[in-house]
Amino acid sequence: MAQIKLEKISKTFRTKRHTVEAVKDVSLEIDKGEIYGIIGFSGAGKSTLVRCINLLERPTAGEVYFDDIKLTSLSASSLRRQRKKIGMIFQQFNLLSSRTVEKNISLPLEGGGRSRAEIDKKVSELLEYVGLSDKAKAYPSQLSGGQKQRVAIARALANDPEVLLCDEATSALDPQTTKSILNLLVKLNRELGITIVVITHEMAVIKKICSRVAVMEHGEVVEEGDVFSVFADPKQQITRDFINTTSNLSEVYELIEQNSPVVQLKSGEKLVKLQYLKAEVSEPLISAVTQKFGVIFNILFSDVEIINGCPLGGTVSILSGENSDEAIEYLKEKGIHAKVIKDAAIS
Amino acid sequence: MQQFLENLIPNVMSKPDELLEAIIDTLIMVGIAGAISFVLGLIFGIIITVTKRGGVLENKIIYNILDKAINIFRAVPFIILLTWVLPISRAIVGSGIGVSGAMVPLVFGVVPFFARQIESALAEVSSGVIEAAQAMGLSPLAIIFKVYLKEGIPTIARATTLTAINLIGLTAMAGAVGAGGLGDFAIRYGHNRFQEDVTWVTVIIIVVIVTIVQLIGDLAVKKNTH
Ligand SMILES: Nc1ncnc2c1ncn2[C@@H]1O[C@H](COP(=O)(O)OP(=O)(O)OP(=O)(O)O)[C@@H](O)[C@H]1O
Ligand SMILES: [Mg+2]
Repeated sequence: MAQIKLEKISKTFRTKRHTVEAVKDVSLEIDKGEIYGIIGFSGAGKSTLVRCINLLERPTAGEVYFDDIKLTSLSASSLRRQRKKIGMIFQQFNLLSSRTVEKNISLPLEGGGRSRAEIDKKVSELLEYVGLSDKAKAYPSQLSGGQKQRVAIARALANDPEVLLCDEATSALDPQTTKSILNLLVKLNRELGITIVVITHEMAVIKKICSRVAVMEHGEVVEEGDVFSVFADPKQQITRDFINTTSNLSEVYELIEQNSPVVQLKSGEKLVKLQYLKAEVSEPLISAVTQKFGVIFNILFSDVEIINGCPLGGTVSILSGENSDEAIEYLKEKGIHAKVIKDAAIS
Repeated sequence: MQQFLENLIPNVMSKPDELLEAIIDTLIMVGIAGAISFVLGLIFGIIITVTKRGGVLENKIIYNILDKAINIFRAVPFIILLTWVLPISRAIVGSGIGVSGAMVPLVFGVVPFFARQIESALAEVSSGVIEAAQAMGLSPLAIIFKVYLKEGIPTIARATTLTAINLIGLTAMAGAVGAGGLGDFAIRYGHNRFQEDVTWVTVIIIVVIVTIVQLIGDLAVKKNTH
């Protein structure tokens, strides 16, 4: 069952001079317990879309359902009750600078009929969960970016939400810290069963933690599906562009352009790009082909990653040997996308 | 010492009681008018912030009325305001002159200014933090008290200092129309009777008061900035 359902959501911003259609007719269903990614370049409308989920932004048209409750027709106070079940974290962390770490985390709990002792207990549990017990009395200005985001996560978890919305939560962090925050998100997805919606412009984030992805461009969702299929068989140019941002395979084209000695072919050699598209294909195929056809693969680039437990990616290599054409045919039969980029016999 | 002062500031030393009374009157006017203006200005500043477009209690009508009213009162020079609000003053405090008569015009003169100061102080509270508070399901009242007023303390303290200093100036001006206080003291003796030393002493006392207010304000800002 879909936990979050967006039905034909549109959001148009009207300013004095122009109107911006930030989100156009987007329908999405996000299931309970999954990590759902929304990727797009800057200005694609990702933030606007995710802010429509908890109605920080009122859609101009369309409906939002959460647990089958139609949020778009709730009163202000009922909406606030539902919002407590939807945590949110931001790129800029948005902690209160006047409050200590523990007071930031207790903010959503205050005034909810809980006793001081209950709140304190909950706060220290949360601090422990995000690994910041020693920073309870610190002020946000005394923390690193990664620590601030952990506090923000703890605060978002205070009301035991069912969903966590993350708007570019790792975009202000270095790669190492990004990794640890992503691991934390996966942990709370697995251990607490929280549905996570991740907004990002980084393909690496999607690859690392998401099970399904929606690709946004100019306010529209142009491609959607489980991460592996979208990656393996992108339908849209923008999706390919995103895939290329995390793959080094396309660097070969730059080398060719620069006439690099690395890609100078001797007679009988071919420059080939192999891409694994099917989940069952794995690397041993190359060595199998090497033996079977007596060919040699000199691998220049390799970019094979495990996504959702399946290898995805490919290699660029110089192929030599008499039976290289047969070898390529064989690989194609096995479901590998093989492309000869440059052929010594032709060029 | 006594001798020395009597030579240096003879006209002040001849009426120490009057000077003391003038100081006390000034402090009373600044204190009471300041306290009332602080509360009213804060309330109006908050209302205009939250009813603004995109605010947590967006309300076009309230915003527009308040916005226009503040602009009108800010446009009126204080010296004109003094006579303009005289009837209101009589109605509220029963008198148009003296220390109590000056209260009403002082409040009218300060509140619009302070409300604008509060508005810009609260505008410095990051919109992201307000959004985070909304996202966690906080009510508008909780957002006002727990987020705006807490996060805004340093800037509110700065605005309060500025306004208090402004108010001291207005109080002296109110002295011109017989409100009492240091302004009145300086005009009556320093200006009208050419007792220059009275003017000097008044100026020094006012500078001391302003400096103390500024120091307290700076301390409050510093203590609340983390
Ligand atoms: N409050 C607003 N008023 C007017 N236009 C807006 C507003 N918020 C967003 N927009 C516009 O809507 C479009 C989508 O913005 P949005 O912030 O959703 O993009 P995004 O995909 O999150 O981009 P980024 O990766 O830069 O955060 C942009 O053209 C932006 O200028
Ligand atoms: Mg954004």
